[in-house]
Parts: sequence; structure tokens; C-alpha cells
Amino acid sequence: MTVLAFLDAFTGALEFIFEGQQAGIAGRGTVGGLDQIGDLTLDHIEVSALALAGSLLLAMPVGMWLGHRGKGELLAVAIGNAGRAVPELALVAFMVAFVGVGLVNLTIALLILGIPPILTNTFVAIRQVDRDAVEAARGMGFSEAGIVARVELPLSVPTLMSGVRTAAIAIIATATIGPIAGVVTLGDLILGRNVYGDDGVLAGAIVVALLALVVELSLAGVQWLLTPRGVRLQRAPAGA
Amino acid sequence: MTQSRLRAGFALFAALVLAIGVAACGGDDDDDGDGGGDTSANLIEENPDNNGVQVTVGSKNFTEQYILGEIYAQGLEAAGYDVKTQLNLGSEVIALRALEDGEIDAYPEYTSTALTSFFKTPPEDVPANAQQAFEDSQSEFEAEGLTAYPPTPFSSANAVGLLTSTAEDLGVSTISDLEGESQNLTLYGSPECRQRVDCLVGLEDNYGLQFEKFVPVDIGLRYEVLDKGQADLSILFTTDAQLSESDKYTILEDDKELLPAGNVLFVARTETADEAGPDFGETIESVQSNLTLEVMQELNARVDIDKEDPAEAAEAYMKEFGYIE
Amino acid sequence: MTTGSLATLPPLAQGGDFFRERTGTSCVEENGFFCFQWAADNIDSYVTPTLEQLYLVVLSVAAGFVIALALAVLSHRRRWLVPPLTGFTGVLYTIPSLAFIFLLIPITGFGTLTAVIPLTAYTLQIIYRNIVAGLANVPAASKDAGRGMGMTDRQLLWRVEIPLAVPEIVAGLRIATVSTVAIATFAFFAGAGGLGEPLYSDIEFKTNVIISGGLAILMAIAFDALLVVAGRFASPWRKVRPV
Repeated sequence: MTVLAFLDAFTGALEFIFEGQQAGIAGRGTVGGLDQIGDLTLDHIEVSALALAGSLLLAMPVGMWLGHRGKGELLAVAIGNAGRAVPELALVAFMVAFVGVGLVNLTIALLILGIPPILTNTFVAIRQVDRDAVEAARGMGFSEAGIVARVELPLSVPTLMSGVRTAAIAIIATATIGPIAGVVTLGDLILGRNVYGDDGVLAGAIVVALLALVVELSLAGVQWLLTPRGVRLQRAPAGA
Repeated sequence: MTQSRLRAGFALFAALVLAIGVAACGGDDDDDGDGGGDTSANLIEENPDNNGVQVTVGSKNFTEQYILGEIYAQGLEAAGYDVKTQLNLGSEVIALRALEDGEIDAYPEYTSTALTSFFKTPPEDVPANAQQAFEDSQSEFEAEGLTAYPPTPFSSANAVGLLTSTAEDLGVSTISDLEGESQNLTLYGSPECRQRVDCLVGLEDNYGLQFEKFVPVDIGLRYEVLDKGQADLSILFTTDAQLSESDKYTILEDDKELLPAGNVLFVARTETADEAGPDFGETIESVQSNLTLEVMQELNARVDIDKEDPAEAAEAYMKEFGYIE
Repeated sequence: MTTGSLATLPPLAQGGDFFRERTGTSCVEENGFFCFQWAADNIDSYVTPTLEQLYLVVLSVAAGFVIALALAVLSHRRRWLVPPLTGFTGVLYTIPSLAFIFLLIPITGFGTLTAVIPLTAYTLQIIYRNIVAGLANVPAASKDAGRGMGMTDRQLLWRVEIPLAVPEIVAGLRIATVSTVAIATFAFFAGAGGLGEPLYSDIEFKTNVIISGGLAILMAIAFDALLVVAGRFASPWRKVRPV
């Protein structure tokens, strides 16, 4: 029974994605269709990319600096833990209630969610680089910045990228509730049952899940490319 | 010496501010139900015959609907029916589908919405006369196996609203006045507004208005977006408490009659109504008889402004007018 | 209820007490930062959602732990399982929770199960990864000692390796639990209740947002603290490493 119902719903969603459907009894025109889905996907990507870029710009330098100097471990770890405890829905609701709707406010919420994993992981990654390697580099006459760029960063790619991936997923997931803040993303399909119908809701869920998987795989690919061959042979560290 | 004096002074000041704050927060809801007039005739009697009949009352997803759903549900419950509620269904399309599928047995619908949305009446043709609109809706609903009960005293309509200050700055008082200005104005409305002829679609087609941007937000935020200066225009309801409580907001006159007003009809599955017997219709008509515009606005205010629970507000209404004790 | 002798807003009497006089200056009307009176009056409406959220979190983390432990034990002697299982649990983690819930609704309908499945799935990656890492970090000396005492593989696993991996496991549980509390705010979309319900019902009312969100965050902190204490009990021979 449930298998049939599921298949029924699934085909409805596919029809929504590829062909579009009549917009309910009251509506004019059609909803769905590849054009609209494509537009929404692009909106979703834009919003997420903006927030991810912002998080990287704000968190990575700080994490690198702290990690290199070996200071502020408690802070970096605490921020990471705190970031996990904040419910996305509550954060977006907080922005809407206290500041207002709109892209700026949503982006602030996304930054708050994206910065902690990047900050913590960058810190841990740089910190855990073998001190001997750093000393050897110093001995060879590298500048401090050079050490960071040529020794610490390459050796810390796995943990670092792990943080970036975590941030990316959190941002994409929260961009899904963007419509609560008046920002139309793929989440509009999921939250807009009134407009898109049950088929639209399922279609939205499918496309969002696929988008997240594609982004994750791409970032995994980027990580693989950036990891120096010697490090690739090591097992990736657990935790964080 | 001076430092500890300063500290003591500050502490005292802080305590005072805190005390005033707490008291101010607590100072304003003191309503002893005086219940003017003789309402004893309204009291709903429980009829044991109704005890086995199950009725699921639904509603759409905004404050007024929650309150109405609760009022009807509490009334039917008092009459002895086995009542379940499923409020917060969604738009009228979803509610109608739930009704036809049997997921709910009844819900309150506006004549204007029913005629324009379900029965494809152009907005200009929706009868201004409540009785006429009721009769038109009733016959259409009957064809679908649904029974519509006579209308409530109050009616509600969508409205294009804005801050009074903005209206004065722009010098607009009717929707048509927006012509020429609307390209620079943002309009905020519910997500389904984009598909509805008595909303964005009609504003674009009938009034020929193009807006700089339409932003879909939850109905519950329709005043906040005006307050926070993000929306130039917002879709409001004429029964909103915020409109009656202050002059801060203005609604533009609907000179082309795009946004018809509709009274509420309780729409039920005919088979449920038949099974439920005569008490069903009688209770419905009795319970809604005191829902004048002022009363509905007060109830909306209790939920939207005073942040009370809709069930609580409904119960207060029922007690005030003597339906329950 | 009026409070205190400093009440500066006496209720105004008028014909018909049903219609209230609203001056527009009360905390609730102005949507002030936090309205203590309203909070005090309405705090009991948050009890059920909090309990629902608690229930969902405990259930999901427990289920996640059991499943992850089983997978880790399975992978213990079959190292080739680790990459695919890590990948699989990783894929589950990638799917945004809201999407996951709505993907399940056509199959499992509305209800607790539809919320528990995604919540459990999200915990798998971190718990699995940490158990595997914890087992891998068991010092060889301890294992040798165990074998020296004549333990079978299975006894070794359950009496030596897992106990020594407890700090790492607890670290994973802490992360998983805190994340689950946060994600469980979405559970009401699946019809499973939780603090997301009061939150979403009025997101413009500041006091409501603070209470709903605040309770969720407090719950996460409480669970974290609880697990830290539990971890200390379970491995008294080791100083718990900061996570």
C-alpha cells in the first residue's frame, strides 16, 4: 500500500519538475517545470554561495592566525560547539523577529551558522600540523606567512575541507528555510504547499537533497585535488 | 566613598526600572466578564443523541480562521458532538480538498473566496449583497455534495494597505492612484497571492499595476513588514485588529471592485450534516450570530495583539455571549 | 493580573467589558524584547513541545548509537567496510533535514517515525566515525595484555577495546546529541511536535522566539553537560580530553 502511494507521489513530483502542473483550482498558469525549478535552484545556489564565501573570508584568516600562534584554543572550540547547538529555524526566526525579513538578514543567519565549523576546523587543522615540520621549515628560512602557506595549509587540507563541507551543508540546509525570511529559494517549494501542491513539496525535497549531494561531492573532489599526495595516504582524522 | 554611593544609586535606579518594567507589562488585562444583557437563551444544551457523531472541524491558516474554527468546534462540542479539530490546513484549495476527501467534515469559508476561487466568478461579479452571495455559493456547493450554512454578520476582504505616513507622502487613497507609482513600490503578500485573482494577479491584470518587487511572506508578518519599513505595500484583511486599533495603517479604496468582501459560511459535507441531525445547523447559526465586525476585530486583536491562544479567545467569546458557561 | 504598587496602567472600565482598551504601550503590543508577564502566563504552553523534543532526541540518539555501534563492531574485523560505511553515513548527513522529512512523508506519513528516521540518520556519521577512531586508538599494549590473559576476540572487544574507546565515543555522542536537539526543531513539519511548533506559529513575536529558541539551546547545553558527567563516570581511569 505504502509503496504504491510512494510511487504515485514520486511520479507526481517528477511530473512537477519536468513538465509543471496546473496551479491549483484558483491559480493562473502553471507551477513547476524545468524553468522554474532551474530558477529556484540558481537562487538557492546564489544565496548559499554568498554566505559560504562570507564565512570563508571571515573565519579562515582568524582560524589560521589563531592556529598558527597556538592561542585561543578554548575560544575556537567553544565557538564550534556553540554553532552546533543553535537551531537553524530559531536563528532565522530571531532575525525575522528582531531585524526583519530580507536577504541581508538571512545572510547574517547563514554566516552565523557557517563561520563556527570553518573557524574551529581551520584552527584545529593548522594546530595539529606536526611541529617538527614547522621547525624544519623555519630552519630552512621560511617566513611566518610562508610557513602557513607552504607547510601548514597543505598539511591541514583534510580537516580544513571537512569544516568547509560542514559549513556548506549547514548553509544549504538553512537556505531551504529562506522563504520564512522572504527570500525565495528551493525551500519555497517545500514550504509553499498552498502554491505548489503536494507534488511541488516533494519535488522541492528531491531537488534540494540532490543539490546538497552534488555540492558535497564537488567539495570532496576539491578536497582530493588540494590534498598533497603524501597527505592523501594518511587516514583522515576523526571528530570536529 | 563616592564610588560606593554611585553604585548604590545605580542599583536603586536599576531596581526601579526593572520594577516599572514588570508592572507595565502586567498592567492591562483585567476583564471581568460582566456579560451585559440577558444571554441565557443562547446556552447550548447538550443533546445525548449527538454523542456518537464525530465531526472534524478544519480551518485555513491564519488567525481569524483559527478563531472561527475554535468557535464552531466549541459550540458543536457543547451540543454533544464528538469534535476533533484540524486547524491550520492551508489555503482554500487545500481546505476544499480536505473537505472533499473526508479528512475534515467542515470548515469556515468566505463567500468571496468560494465564488472567485472555487466557482470561477470574476471578482467584479461577486454580489455585494451578503444574502445573494450566500445563495449563489450555496447552490454551487450543493452540486459538490457540500452544505453551506447562512452567513455570519461580519464580512472580510483583502485590502492593499500601507503606513498612513506613506499614503500621505504618496498622496494616494485608492488603488488606482498607485498607477505610475507602483513601479517603485514593493508589495508583500502571502505566497499564494501570486496565483490569486483577488490578489497579485488581479492587481496586475485588472488594475494594470506593475510593482518593483513582490515578496512572498507568511500572512502573520503582514504588519511587521510595514513596521520595519521593508514593504511599501502589504496585503491586509479588513477585519484585522491592527487596522481598528490605531491610525498607523491605511487601506486603499478598491475602486475597481477587485477585492470583494465575503461573509463566512460554515461549509460541511452533506452526509455529515445529515447524520448530525438538526442540532448541527442550529448550533452553527446560533454560535455565529454575534460575530459582528467589532466582535471579530476584538477577537483578532486578542490573538494577534495580545498574543492569546485562539482557543482561549474563542472560549471568551462563547462565555461572553452565554453559549457555554 | 495587575502586579505591584507601581502599576501605572489601571485597566479602563467602559461599557461592555468584552472590548478591551488597548493603549498600544504594553510590552506585548509593542513586541518588546522580552515580555516577562506574557512569558509567566504562557510558559506552560511550552511544556508539551519541550517534552516532545526531549523524547525525540533521546530516542534518535539512542537508536543512532545502537546502529552505529553495530556498524562499528561489524567493521572492526573487516576494515574494508569502513570507507563505504563512512561514505553512506556521510550521504545521510548531507541531506538537509527539511528535505529528508518531506521525502519520507509519502512513505511514512505524518508522525513521530517520520521525524525520528532523519534525526537518527544524522547521528550515524559522527558516532560511527568516533567509535571506529576510538577503537583504532586503543593502545596495542592493552590488547596484548588482554590476549595474554586468554581473552577471545569478542571478549577483547567488549572488555578492553570498547571501554578504552569510551572517551572518544562520548565525544561523538556529545556532538551528535547537541546537533540532534537543534535539528529536532524541524520535527513539527513531520507532525511530531517539538519546540519548532510554537516557534513557527508566531515568528514575529520576539518573546515567543526567545522562549522557543532559548529552551532548545538550553536543552542542548544540558544534554552536553550530562554526557560529560556520564563520560567521566564511564572512564574514571582517564582524564577526559577537551573536545
